[in-house]
Amino acid sequence: MSEQNNDQLIIAGKSYNSRLLVGTGKYKDMAETEAAIAASGAEIVTVAVRRTNIGQNPDEPNLLDVISPDKYTILPNTAGCYTAEDAVRTCRLARELLGGHNLVKLEVLGDQKTLYPDMSETLKATEILVKDGFDVMVYCSDDPIAAQKLEAMGVCAIMPLGSLIGSGLGILNPHNIRIIMESANIPVLVDAGVGTASDAAIAMEMGCEAVLMNTAIAAAKNPVLMASAMCKAIEAGREAYLAGRMPRKKYASASSPMDGLI
Amino acid sequence: MQIEVNGDSIELADGATLVDLLTQMELTNMRVAIELNLEIIPRSEHGQTALKSGDKLEVVHAIGGG
Repeated sequence: MSEQNNDQLIIAGKSYNSRLLVGTGKYKDMAETEAAIAASGAEIVTVAVRRTNIGQNPDEPNLLDVISPDKYTILPNTAGCYTAEDAVRTCRLARELLGGHNLVKLEVLGDQKTLYPDMSETLKATEILVKDGFDVMVYCSDDPIAAQKLEAMGVCAIMPLGSLIGSGLGILNPHNIRIIMESANIPVLVDAGVGTASDAAIAMEMGCEAVLMNTAIAAAKNPVLMASAMCKAIEAGREAYLAGRMPRKKYASASSPMDGLI
Repeated sequence: MQIEVNGDSIELADGATLVDLLTQMELTNMRVAIELNLEIIPRSEHGQTALKSGDKLEVVHAIGGG
């Protein structure tokens, strides 16, 4: 077990025991958000940054009072940004909001139908943010060349999509994600597309450093139970990756010895 | 004076500071960040930052998101 016990995820110089990162969107209420995140075991939790008069329910507690920065590493995102300029503004506001915290999830989207990353804007924003001292985790396409460029610019994690945000279609192009992982010297996480526990396990078995998800948990019939399932799937997938799977064979190979047959 | 906050026009007393604005918006002691005419104003400077007519502000907070 020692290998597993020392097996930590390191992002921007900080160690984490959990390899599951979760979002806080789409939950029924704050109580469900809190319970699901606790059940997931996640230590890094994403939040969105929005105008105060939007999405506010005066009877509800503030998200950061429920998901406290003292307990979790808060990962503010730039969801909803379609230009490098808006994404950079959002990151700077997030840094102020969180008292100088530099870790951000950059996502610059291309269109509303696919929420697919706009990589030219993403690269532009990355350059500005890295220069400005941010630790940038980047939601990106599964393009190995774009991933190499992001790493060369100094991001702290590359996060290709498994499939479209909120689609639950799983990892549609594992080959590209493998190619990205082969050349990367920084953590590669699957971000977006996970639908159920087996998708998360597959990402981890492939050797991804971690998985970031939101809808797969929040849109489950029982989000708290799904959060627990995801926690186990991530751990199981990671252990299977470390254990090293058996080779695939075309024909049977008996598990019971042939000697001593009656 | 008129200022614009989060895209809406707001009437505020002349010489009001960011602290006064947050009081009027009932956001005192809330975790918010403020951008004034595209410049972030650190929390420590909210009390000394006086607003003028036509200023454009963004006042943001954290909400659920992936």
